[in-house]
Amino acid sequence: MERATSAGKGILIEGLTKRYGKGDTAVDALKGVDMRVAPGEVVGLIGPSGSGKSTLLKCLGAVIDPSAGRMTLGEECIFDAGWKVRDLRALRRDRIGFVFQAPYLIPFLDVTDNVALLPMLAGVPNAEARARALELLGALDISHRAAAMPSQLSGGEQQRVAIARGLVNRPPVILADEPTAPLDSVRAMAVVRILNDLAAQFQTAIIVVTHDEKIIPTFKRIYHIRDGVTHEEAGEGRLVRAAG
Amino acid sequence: MISLAGRDILHGWGKFVFTGIGLGLLIGVTLVMAGVYRGMVDDGKALLDNSGADLWVVQRDTLGPYAESSSVQDDLYRSLLGQRGVAGAANITYLTMQVRKGSADVRAMVVGIAAGQPGSTPGWPPYLVAGRQITRGHYEAVADVASGLRLGERVGIRRNQYTVVGLTRRMVSSAGDPMVFIPLKDAQEAQFLKDNDAILQGRRRTEANPALNRPGVPGLLDAVLASQSANPYVNAVLVTLAPGHAPDEVAEAIRRWQRHTVYTRAQMEGILVGKLIATSARQIGMFLVILAVVSAAIVAFIIYTLTMDKIREIAVLKLIGTRNRTIAAMILQQAVALGLIGFVVGKIAATWSAPFFPKYVLLVPADTVAGFAAVMAICVLASLVSIRLALRVDPAEAIGG
Repeated sequence: MERATSAGKGILIEGLTKRYGKGDTAVDALKGVDMRVAPGEVVGLIGPSGSGKSTLLKCLGAVIDPSAGRMTLGEECIFDAGWKVRDLRALRRDRIGFVFQAPYLIPFLDVTDNVALLPMLAGVPNAEARARALELLGALDISHRAAAMPSQLSGGEQQRVAIARGLVNRPPVILADEPTAPLDSVRAMAVVRILNDLAAQFQTAIIVVTHDEKIIPTFKRIYHIRDGVTHEEAGEGRLVRAAG
Repeated sequence: MISLAGRDILHGWGKFVFTGIGLGLLIGVTLVMAGVYRGMVDDGKALLDNSGADLWVVQRDTLGPYAESSSVQDDLYRSLLGQRGVAGAANITYLTMQVRKGSADVRAMVVGIAAGQPGSTPGWPPYLVAGRQITRGHYEAVADVASGLRLGERVGIRRNQYTVVGLTRRMVSSAGDPMVFIPLKDAQEAQFLKDNDAILQGRRRTEANPALNRPGVPGLLDAVLASQSANPYVNAVLVTLAPGHAPDEVAEAIRRWQRHTVYTRAQMEGILVGKLIATSARQIGMFLVILAVVSAAIVAFIIYTLTMDKIREIAVLKLIGTRNRTIAAMILQQAVALGLIGFVVGKIAATWSAPFFPKYVLLVPADTVAGFAAVMAICVLASLVSIRLALRVDPAEAIGG
């Protein structure tokens, strides 16, 4: 049996450390990261290349184990001794949504099935999964391309489908890795607006890793990561103010 | 749950279909090779069935008349008819040669059959598809349709011309050559009769031999020359048994009292299958192994390439929580689908092309079933490398960094 997790109450990270290698060759990619993302909040995670962003994202995504520290999703501490591979797999499927720099849609599935695949993997009947996908595609204003194949979509449309896929299982957490990198400024702002709206609507905690100068001012809170250590600072939150 | 493999195949159906056709032609060749072997065995059995014999009496210590040359006196059958349990005995000769058909020639097995009645005299063709049986003592022939001969056509065998009066079907040698039946005396002559110059030279040599041309023994030279120009030998005597007699018992009695080698039907079948076509069977077996290995390599390479093309998608699938068995099943199903397409194409290609092969190709259902099982097994084995590759994909690859 895969472990069931409780309803989301955001993410709390305390003293997260990740060490690669052993002895003299050991490298600390993360050196005691502390983060907190509340439900319904969108925070930015920025930092230069090699600062530990991807390592932190992999730890948050339950892809790699941290060396030390504590990570709480909702009310449950993950990566403790009781978690198994299948538990982490179920966690990624049911509790964490991923949005990547490139959409990485499955090329042989149409838009609806690309989004519906996750609930199907979780055992939701096909019809119900597709209904859920279509509802979300409608919310992202792309339901008119529901039957299209990924290769027939523009970059912005593909990214919206990828966001829908990340959201379809109503995860309490979404990890977005450079989601606006391939988009022009108009589409990039549209994606950020969508993420903010969805966070508010579904009380999802969203972490956006980005280098994109255009969208950094939109975050209310920003975590800077440098040499494996995070520093929190208040953001401008312009988009949210403008929208709200 | 939707079928990921099915969707992938539908998405890239052209690639799958063309690959399947290529694989199918390979499988078709494999099935035809198996059919060629089956055809050789069937030809051998047809040869025995059509002879109508229960026992073959041949030259002592030979595997004749099909696997080795054999020569027995043509009056042997008389003494065999006196053996207990023997219902019928008839001389027979076999000679594989090129027979002339107009300006061309045809490879055929010329069979000399003793005078008698069809159905009661062993060696006669048991049925005809056109024309009639041989009714005259000389210069008539019954030919298998595979020879291309037609009724009324003239065919040249050695120095004589024969008229085709009847046609048979599936009367072939173990090598697949069509049979041409002619009267026994003509066949004996065809086997041993030389050209006029050779006969003349032979007579001169005999006349010059003082041991054979003694002035004090009149008639000796004529007797020697007469014996040299006659052929009192046949290749075998075909024996049919009286009801209620076991082949092994009668064969043993003939071996003991007539001092000849005797083969029963089972023994003769063993010689044909186990010795005469054994080398060909091994050759075909080698080809089958090579074709199976090549097929496996092709399937493995194609599935590996298809999997490599999807590494990023597989990483994404794993990251979003897809079970390993779902990914493994996707690759396995694609390999099996490729095998299915290939097998269907191969079976159709083999069935369609079999009649065009010069030798008899017998496609038996058992080989089809075995071939299908082998193709599926090969596809499953070939997919294991790709499955291993897919399962080792790190979901972190989807995140990058």
